[in-house]
Amino acid sequence: MNYSHFILPFSIGAIILFVIIIVKFTKWFRLLDRKQKYFIKRNIFTTKTISATIEAFREALIHRNIYKKNPLLGYMHMSLAFGWFLLIVVGKIEASVYSGTFFEEPWLAIFFKYFAREPHNFWGAKFFTFTMDFLLLIILSGLALAIIKRFRSKILGLKKATKHIIYDKIALSALWLIFPLRLLAESSTAALVQNGGFLTGGLGSLFPQQFAQAIELPLWWAYSISLFVFFVSLPFSRYMHIPTEVALIFLRKWGATEGEQYSGLTNFEINSCSRCGICIDACQLNFSANINNVQSVYFIRDTRYNKISDLVANNCLLCGRCTEACPVGLELTQIRQQLRTKTEVPGKHYYDYCKVEPTKNKTDVIYFAGCMTHLTPSIILAMKNIFSAANEKVWFMDEEKGICCGRPRRQQGFVQQSKDLVSKNTKLISSSGAKLLVSSCPICCKSFKEEYALDIEIMHHSEYIKMLIDEKRIKLNKSELNIVFHDPCELGRGLNIYKQPRQVLSKVGKLVNTEFDEKDSLCCGGSLANTIIELDSQLKIRDDVLQILAKDNPDVLATACPLCKKTFTRNYKGKVMDIAEIVSNFLSLQNNSKKEGKKEEEKILISQ
Amino acid sequence: MKNWGFKIAKPRIIDLDTANTKAFEELCEKVPSAKRCIMCGACTATCSAANHTSFNFRKCNIMFRRGQFEGLAEELDKCMLCGKCKLVCPRAVNTRAFIYNMRIFLNDLNYKNIK
Repeated sequence: MNYSHFILPFSIGAIILFVIIIVKFTKWFRLLDRKQKYFIKRNIFTTKTISATIEAFREALIHRNIYKKNPLLGYMHMSLAFGWFLLIVVGKIEASVYSGTFFEEPWLAIFFKYFAREPHNFWGAKFFTFTMDFLLLIILSGLALAIIKRFRSKILGLKKATKHIIYDKIALSALWLIFPLRLLAESSTAALVQNGGFLTGGLGSLFPQQFAQAIELPLWWAYSISLFVFFVSLPFSRYMHIPTEVALIFLRKWGATEGEQYSGLTNFEINSCSRCGICIDACQLNFSANINNVQSVYFIRDTRYNKISDLVANNCLLCGRCTEACPVGLELTQIRQQLRTKTEVPGKHYYDYCKVEPTKNKTDVIYFAGCMTHLTPSIILAMKNIFSAANEKVWFMDEEKGICCGRPRRQQGFVQQSKDLVSKNTKLISSSGAKLLVSSCPICCKSFKEEYALDIEIMHHSEYIKMLIDEKRIKLNKSELNIVFHDPCELGRGLNIYKQPRQVLSKVGKLVNTEFDEKDSLCCGGSLANTIIELDSQLKIRDDVLQILAKDNPDVLATACPLCKKTFTRNYKGKVMDIAEIVSNFLSLQNNSKKEGKKEEEKILISQ
Repeated sequence: MKNWGFKIAKPRIIDLDTANTKAFEELCEKVPSAKRCIMCGACTATCSAANHTSFNFRKCNIMFRRGQFEGLAEELDKCMLCGKCKLVCPRAVNTRAFIYNMRIFLNDLNYKNIK
């Protein structure tokens, strides 16, 4: 039997690790909500499991997503994860071939060189020795990059590395020690019995015989102990992401999605965060306002250790840039909203003062301007102009006594109140019998699409204008204007509408690209979701964004959100216009003159 | 008791010496801009909720400053947190955070402990 006392720390550590992981996973599985469990049951025996396996291989081992964002960082993660994985697999095969049975001692693969002391002459021995040394070299190169990253993160393209807590530091030190110790231990054995490859054998030949004899056993002990420390600290440190991320990939492929409430899936998500710190660089609070302790990585960490504070949960613009940047694809904004949820009296009505009376305006199209749009009346005027040019009968839903769509309440965690507003608006909308709802505010638009169960089509006005142009109901004059388009967070990352506004604007003028477009677009800083941030910081964010957008001195700075417009107008010398205003200004006169004759006959309903 | 058609009104004196002004000081730590308020009432003029009912942010603000918490929580629940008031404020008071924090202060609303 291949046994020495030094295998004990490793074996005990491995058993502790597996027990803790199984206990934790069981606990989280139980917390999954009914809908998530239903999807998992339905999809577990389908081809989705196979595609999840492929995805797990690609993401958890090769780290394709990180590789795409930053090749050097991707190589670092790949060499450590995939290299170690191969080291285990190849080591296991080597041990099995060596002992002639598949069921050899489980630790034999880990401490193979120590036990396989006689000259190797089993089948493929040379190949295995070379491969194992080669894999170890790859891991060590990744480790070197990891160490450089810790002390000089800029070399690897990260402006700021995450600040770690004590568990992480212990696990990190153990992880860093494992591979150098393995190299030294194998080299010292190789020095004594000449069983090493190009790396271990080469290093071993430098050791004097007596010296190697003296350090061999202590080095194997140190290797085993470092494995023990890493295994035991893993479930409590950031390295819990290694097993959890694989589980999360499977859960997602089976169709489990984040709901409104904190659930078992949220537990899987927050434990899948590797605290890589990519979200820190993406966050505008970090690079514009110099607030460094509230980014998603810290938020998720605090949530995981049950230390979440009001300050961290609420100090966020909910712009979604971190969600877009996250290599694991965690739904960070959604989790933040879950954590903001307040306990409330179920079924209580808060807005009884608002009397909902079924409307008498039976039209096909409803226009919902939104609270913010009422502060930028030029957008409303422009929309009215466009509606009349397109001959559309419209009911202006919130012209006089509108109520909020409910999203601001939802963002602050008052779910019950938000639902109250949703039900009131739903009653109003369904009483009109319309087929299409147009909104000028991306925030309302997202709310209508995601929180309302409406069976009518919902469009942001940029989509609607695009549709009018496609159907040739309005004609636009082309001009020589240089236009920069700023993607509002809720319209772009929130609703995935990037093309429509650009297509509309390119009909009017010349679109100029900026450094941060589409998915990378910046938040104007005016977001309401943050109740902590001070005015100065908000203004700094705005000014930084304006500087980037106005770099090429465009004639018009276009946007599609009343809040962005309002924020920018206050400190921009040039023109800031909503997409609706630009379109309204460039409506073809031909179209208008044709219309004017008929104007009397057509009753264009733009009233309540 | 016989109904005489008259009743004794509650005293409406506000004794500022005994009023609870600690609450406002605490709030100012969270929302420093609250100190800048000049009670101009622009917030109330633009308010979506005030369009429907007698909800009045300026009144709530004054009540909170004086420590008159009676009925204030129910009044604050009328707000829809839409944030228009924040945009029109000439003194750049974060009125939305102001209301949010007043409401949190007045009630047991808190983070859920689900784990």
